[in-house]
Amino acid sequence: MITFMNNSDSEEEPCNERTSLMSAESPPVPSYQDGQQASEAGEAHAHRKRRTGSSRSPNNATDGDVSDSGVPVRESTLENEEEELTLKYGAKHVIMLFVPVTLCMIVVVATIKSVRFYTEKNGQLIYTPFSEDTPSVGQRLLNSVLNTIIMISVIVVMTVFLVLLYKYRCYKFIHGWLILSSLMLLFLFTYIYLGEVLKTYNVAMDYPTLFLVIWNFGAVGMICIHWKGPLQLQQAYLIMISALMALVFIKYLPEWSAWVILGAISIYDLMAVLCPKGPLRMLVETAQERNEPIFPALIYSSAMIWAVGMAKPETAARGPSQQMWDTAEDRGEDHRSPSHTNSQISERRSPVPTRPITSFEELEEEERGVKLGLGDFIFYSVLVGKAAATASGDWNTTLACFVAILIGLCLTLLLLAVFKKALPALPISITFGLVFYFSTDNLVRPFMDTLASHQLYI
Amino acid sequence: AFFWLVSLLLASLIWFVSVHLSDQEDAKLQYGLLIFGAAVSVLLQEAFRFAYFKLLKKADEGLATISEDGRSPISLRQMAYVSGLSFGIISGVFSVINILADSIGPGIVGIHGDSPYYFITSAFLTMALVLLHTFWGVIFFDACEKRRYWCLGMVVASHLLTSGLTFLNPRYEASLVPIFIITLCMGLWAFITAGGSFRNILECLSCKQENDSRVMMYSALQVPFED
Repeated sequence: MITFMNNSDSEEEPCNERTSLMSAESPPVPSYQDGQQASEAGEAHAHRKRRTGSSRSPNNATDGDVSDSGVPVRESTLENEEEELTLKYGAKHVIMLFVPVTLCMIVVVATIKSVRFYTEKNGQLIYTPFSEDTPSVGQRLLNSVLNTIIMISVIVVMTVFLVLLYKYRCYKFIHGWLILSSLMLLFLFTYIYLGEVLKTYNVAMDYPTLFLVIWNFGAVGMICIHWKGPLQLQQAYLIMISALMALVFIKYLPEWSAWVILGAISIYDLMAVLCPKGPLRMLVETAQERNEPIFPALIYSSAMIWAVGMAKPETAARGPSQQMWDTAEDRGEDHRSPSHTNSQISERRSPVPTRPITSFEELEEEERGVKLGLGDFIFYSVLVGKAAATASGDWNTTLACFVAILIGLCLTLLLLAVFKKALPALPISITFGLVFYFSTDNLVRPFMDTLASHQLYI
Repeated sequence: AFFWLVSLLLASLIWFVSVHLSDQEDAKLQYGLLIFGAAVSVLLQEAFRFAYFKLLKKADEGLATISEDGRSPISLRQMAYVSGLSFGIISGVFSVINILADSIGPGIVGIHGDSPYYFITSAFLTMALVLLHTFWGVIFFDACEKRRYWCLGMVVASHLLTSGLTFLNPRYEASLVPIFIITLCMGLWAFITAGGSFRNILECLSCKQENDSRVMMYSALQVPFED
């Protein structure tokens, strides 16, 4: 396993994966943006998003501005409707993200708790060369910090490489890379996973059946992820892939290094997405300029976009930077990101038409979803899986981390609604998760254990 | 759930600090500190429930202002129910999940002289606790909304009482029975607070079809207005 990992760098890919949360809308036109803040995260109503900046502020402000003409009044009532729908759909999209994140975590925790293989120490990745088997605490800490530095620099290098490839339009190379990595994940890692699960439950299986099962699973996965397939099947495959990658990380990252890496990667995420020269931000901006989706295959999207054609009349009226995201195309692209993909939550709002839209067909909603990068799935699952694997308080710690991560995700989505641009999905959740892990493991566990031993309830 | 967890965290911190500052050998002192820790935890839980109420109230106002008809899509009562339920679920889960996990493994209950009914009584107590948290949530929010502070005091007092009753635990008749009585009373109180009544139950049970009270007027055919 170690030698294989030495040979291919594609396993590095998932850790460089995009950690981004995006809504599938184009950036708003400044015309109607009164600096109002959106009250919702990442929804998209293509045509209703005329006032994409529609905010929570009372409508008095808008009414006051447009009290004279009938048309603006009508627009402001439309705006109210939009805001309300925004909220309703926003909450729905939050739930739509909760479900896959929860499923991924459940798969990881269930595997960790039952299959011994993923908690045994069988060596380390080459990206974390320093061993943690040292006698002194200081030495161990130093080794884990060094491991983290190496891992993060590998991630940075690969991200920059990916951004350069994207900038210079080497699409074939990127696609080849993504296909290779998803091949490896879908076939090799699944084979190993299935083997270990069968071993754990002592189920006999012959090679021909195994070959058939894995071949079908892998082939359908490749088609669904890189080409076309039913949305739910694609989502299921993405969740499986993220879980597999998270399991690999849990197995091969040494204890303290894993925690330091989690912390460092959320800081990196924050910087890469928000700093003006950050690689991920440049990636997003380049993609926006070119009106292309950013490696959609590496992003989990919660809903499909349809009726792209309806946007065309409006696109003509807008500037080049406002384009709708064609998530239908997105799903056709590679999902595996061997490279760093954006760690961002970007909210793309549909462009605002320059005149009021009153016809019903244009007011029809497009069910757009929120997009979350696969790297986010992976690191959330790594955190929860590590908590399940190593915490002595067992389930309490795992549950606390789970709740913390979900609340972090909620808050991030709220911020997405407020700021309406690409935001990193990792920092808040991982911070909450780490704080809850360490505090629950060290403070709450003895308290609850003592209470339980006396059968006291609080 | 998050708010409950934070309250538990703070309470554990206080307990942990107090334990480490005190004599670890003295069993009576440790037991006393445990009681103190439990009481602090109960008070913190209620404080965080109040904080959550404030947060939801703000959110409710925000939702109301941006909605079309000036009312928020979910009522405060629904929020109270959800909040109570989630407090109950996370509290119950935290209390019982390790016990459940252990109950799968090999072992004999009560081999060291403890009660052999540990698992079943834990299950019943957890159920009572979940229900109680739900009821307390409803009553609490309603009391805060209507500013009936004596109701708040009753909720806090009953929570303290329930937690205190569990200290009698190996004597299950002394703890389990009163706790269930408290649960029933709280349930009735919450039901009445939420607007239920005997008539409502009867209507619900008799599965009456709701009469459509709208009256359809069929007027004679008329030529449409020409404005």
